[in-house]
Amino acid sequence: MKLTLRVWRQRNTGAPGAMSTYEVDGISADMSFLEMLDTLNEELILKGEDPVAFDHDCREGICGACSLVINGDAHGPERTTSCQLHMRSFSDGDTIDVEPWRAAAFPVVKDLVVDRSAFDRIIQSGGYITAPTGAAPEAHATPVPKPDADFAFEHAECIGCGACVAACPNGSAMLFTSAKINHLNVLPQGAPERETRVLDMVAQMDEEGFGGCTLTGECATACPKGIPLVSITSMNKEWLRATRKAGKR
Amino acid sequence: MGRTIWDSSLGKKTVMAVSGLIMLGYLVVHMLGNLKIFFGSGDFNHYAHWLRTIGEPFLHYEWALWIIRVVLVAAVVAHAVSAYQLSRRDIRARPTKYVHKKPRAGYATRTMRWGGIILGLFIVWHILDLTTGTVHPDGFQPGHPYQNVIDTFSTWYGNAVYITAVLALGLHVRHGFWSAAQTLGAGSRTRDRALKATADVLALLLTAGFVAVPVGVMTGVVN
Amino acid sequence: MSTDYTSYATGEPVADTKAPKGPVNERWDTRRFEAGLVNPANRRKHTVIVVGTGLAGGAAGATLAEQGYRVVQFCYQDSPRRAHSIAAQGGINAAKNYRNDGDSVHRLFYDTVKGGDFRARESNVHRLAQISVEIIDQCVAQGVPFAREYGGLLDTRSFGGVQVSRTFYARGQTGQQLLLGAYQALSRQIAAGTVEMHPRTEMLDLIVVDGRARGIVARDLITGRIDTYFADAVVLASGGYGNVFYLSTNAMNSNATAIWRAHRRGAYFANPCFTQIHPTCIPRTGDHQAKLTLMSESLRNDGRIWVPKARGDDRPANEIPEDERDYYLERIYPSFGNLVPRDIASRAAKNVCDEGRGVGPGGQGVYLDFADAVRRMGRAKVEEKYGNLFDMYERITAENPYEVPMRIYPAVHYTMGGLWVDYDLQTTVPGLFAIGEANFSDHGANRLGASALMQGLADGYFVLPSTINDYLARNPNHDEITEQHPVVQEVLADTEDRLNLLLSVDGDRTPDSFHRELGELMWEFCGMARTDAGLRKALERIPQIREEFWRRIKVPGTGEEFNQSLEKANRIVDYLELAELMCLDALHREESCGGHFREESQTPDGEAARDDEAFSYAAAWEFTATGGAPVLHKEDLVFEYVHPTQRSYA
Repeated sequence: MKLTLRVWRQRNTGAPGAMSTYEVDGISADMSFLEMLDTLNEELILKGEDPVAFDHDCREGICGACSLVINGDAHGPERTTSCQLHMRSFSDGDTIDVEPWRAAAFPVVKDLVVDRSAFDRIIQSGGYITAPTGAAPEAHATPVPKPDADFAFEHAECIGCGACVAACPNGSAMLFTSAKINHLNVLPQGAPERETRVLDMVAQMDEEGFGGCTLTGECATACPKGIPLVSITSMNKEWLRATRKAGKR
Repeated sequence: MGRTIWDSSLGKKTVMAVSGLIMLGYLVVHMLGNLKIFFGSGDFNHYAHWLRTIGEPFLHYEWALWIIRVVLVAAVVAHAVSAYQLSRRDIRARPTKYVHKKPRAGYATRTMRWGGIILGLFIVWHILDLTTGTVHPDGFQPGHPYQNVIDTFSTWYGNAVYITAVLALGLHVRHGFWSAAQTLGAGSRTRDRALKATADVLALLLTAGFVAVPVGVMTGVVN
Repeated sequence: MSTDYTSYATGEPVADTKAPKGPVNERWDTRRFEAGLVNPANRRKHTVIVVGTGLAGGAAGATLAEQGYRVVQFCYQDSPRRAHSIAAQGGINAAKNYRNDGDSVHRLFYDTVKGGDFRARESNVHRLAQISVEIIDQCVAQGVPFAREYGGLLDTRSFGGVQVSRTFYARGQTGQQLLLGAYQALSRQIAAGTVEMHPRTEMLDLIVVDGRARGIVARDLITGRIDTYFADAVVLASGGYGNVFYLSTNAMNSNATAIWRAHRRGAYFANPCFTQIHPTCIPRTGDHQAKLTLMSESLRNDGRIWVPKARGDDRPANEIPEDERDYYLERIYPSFGNLVPRDIASRAAKNVCDEGRGVGPGGQGVYLDFADAVRRMGRAKVEEKYGNLFDMYERITAENPYEVPMRIYPAVHYTMGGLWVDYDLQTTVPGLFAIGEANFSDHGANRLGASALMQGLADGYFVLPSTINDYLARNPNHDEITEQHPVVQEVLADTEDRLNLLLSVDGDRTPDSFHRELGELMWEFCGMARTDAGLRKALERIPQIREEFWRRIKVPGTGEEFNQSLEKANRIVDYLELAELMCLDALHREESCGGHFREESQTPDGEAARDDEAFSYAAAWEFTATGGAPVLHKEDLVFEYVHPTQRSYA
């Protein structure tokens, strides 16, 4: 296929950016979207132009590095990561717009690459269970009911890509934050830090400058791992519970 | 605890949810009261007078009404201030817009902010029109709400403003009720459909109930 | 024809002096007791650099910080959570014996030594089996959501090459869940200020002063700034070198620079030719392919592997009748069937494809069929077990595996070789440690399924944090070094010169084009089957590619900015040297063992034939100069408990 790409180009965080237009030819339907960009970059290098910078690593949809807004959709038209999107989702002659995640909390590093360290800081503020190495009891000492284990797993699947923030009209990180809170708060191992975890992580999320949730549901639609919108509701409940308990202390 | 709530985006959402539900409860009662207009001026004016005597003799004349007014004003202010602050945060969180624009979310969701502003302006007009009579057409008569209502809905702009606001209200309630339930942690996978259905029914009943009055006046059912 | 490079010298043998003597099951206790300790109050005066944040690095960074050391940690990714351990699917082995199916520490030890085709060190493997049980406890305490049964207890399954159910898993995302556990533990330490984390920062060289590892040179990938970082010990947890092959299941940016630069600075590189080809990957679709995707080996538990009996049979799979199918693994290996170890399954697939019975584009594939499983267990059960893998397959190939058999083909997956380390995981450079896939230690010539996660976490959580104490206790006072130190200046200049040279060539070939050329060469001559002639050919070709590289490479942009082409090109510089050592190691090891299959050395029925007389050693290579013959140091392997036999899975 032959395609027209309009790609966001920006030299660095401070520089102004704009869309640039490129033509690519000989694209196979079996290529992944990133392999299509690889093809473009090979041509750009040989022409002596600066190739398009984009984050990518595992290309299996699990590391969460890739982060492209394709035709206005985070990760493009299919419910998957940019690296697992294949060119068979497009047709010959299409014009495709490629932009970086847009959020104040995710400044552009270069072209399509953004800085997502805000997510790391949210996890650092409480997204863990304090279990120093060596202090663990026998694994079978605390059985976990299967529904709880499944609930935890479903939320633990989050890959931290940031598509939820990119898709949300408010640039909100509620889905990301709720996924980790729900994963850890449902487990018996996570119970001792249940209240501080949700209070601290929500406070950090606000601190980072993410927007709030207006329940548009865009985040859950964009999530390549299918974290459900109701995850946010569960977090709200946890937060209210923790706030009440903190008030009593 | 108050500080924790007000300083947090989740807390402000909670404030919005609670104040919104207070107003929603009031609106349901208000809408039902409005329907008394179809039973004639005697019934309607008597009902309006009764509103001032609720709680007597324990409460003095109009005390209950003032308590309700104070609670409502507090709810409106809390709702509006949190909405304003949260919206500012939301807008700041996405300083650069996407070049490739796509319609996002449902209509009711997208119109929450504008709908809210319309409703805010409407409340001001509504009070100046039918409570204080400041902007009332045709000479406001205190103690004769039935006639005042007919006066308002005998003007084209009175109908236009009112019906627009009621439609905005329907949309606002449709997303707002469901949204408040989520904010308060009442939603769940199994309950989601029931909550959405409740929101739809509430929105529909309120819209129909409120619109019935100007339609009644326009069609001459109420005169 | 022999080139200079192949006329290597054999130097003094290298020996592990740290593993205590005595019964194998007491060695780890003894070592921990004999090792020196650092007073808790003194620990914060020691700085340890950890490069990499995968299972080994993440676990080590968190644990060292919990112990009170000051940790400075690096990863090239934008977040420590993205290290490639995250992509491991299948599971993690542990000798818990929860199934009461006859498992034990000794059996896991035995299976691992045998699975590694008797080329691993017994002491290390036994320790790994012992620690395996603690890992599960640790991860459960961190909240890792392993699969559970209805009673709330942990579920396990069996995995390639073993006959007990000792593999713990979290659907098809075990690596992800374990890594997030380590990442979260690390995050807690970052918040506490005990770990200074440098994401998007890549190690480019090692600083060795007075014979001790004292720091690294690293480049900030955003600003391009090259900085030095100093420490009392350096831990490399930078993963394997499978990307030498260009196409592999490794992440695009996984690379060998940290270990290769350490090798150039004096660390011996052991068994570089021991690479693992994973049998169940999705076949490539064309030249545009940038990487290969693995399908968990767990699929072999219920899927049946077959090809048509007739050559060139191009009917659709479902139209080939049962009696015209060759379920070749079940036929050749009746007792293990589809669950034979990876190297055997891979080679068998290559053989049937070489016979012209391969399926799919280019005949480079075999079927993995779930029709029987769906009939036996029902579609719902198959979906519960493998749903996410099937979805992934369908997303990539646009074929529905519930209806048509999957096509699979082997691909480079893991490298058993790595920096040579002793029982303490210390390399031949004092103060330089290597953990996880970066070292060579535990898997011998072939790694069993679900053992990489076990080894990474064992090294990171338990082994290194104990053994590094000994080094730091015995070397309590180092002279302060600064950037002005002449050695540091020299290393810095080396790095800057190399990057400047890459930028200044301004030739006419892209970094990827060289990487692909090298990868194809390696896959052909140093891949699943190797021959003397082929390896010699590769050894002749590699220096030519290297020469051409420095003449024709084109790297756009500058060094003072975010420049992904520069990152790539710089990694290829190291692949071009490492590839040569891999070929030499493969050439010198004139036997077949595990993942290393020399066509000259096979049994009459085509199985790998080891030569224990001549090659029962780990080959540790010492660097001399680029293109110059390295020096071979042999570590003789002694088997006191598991006696070498020809592996038999028939």
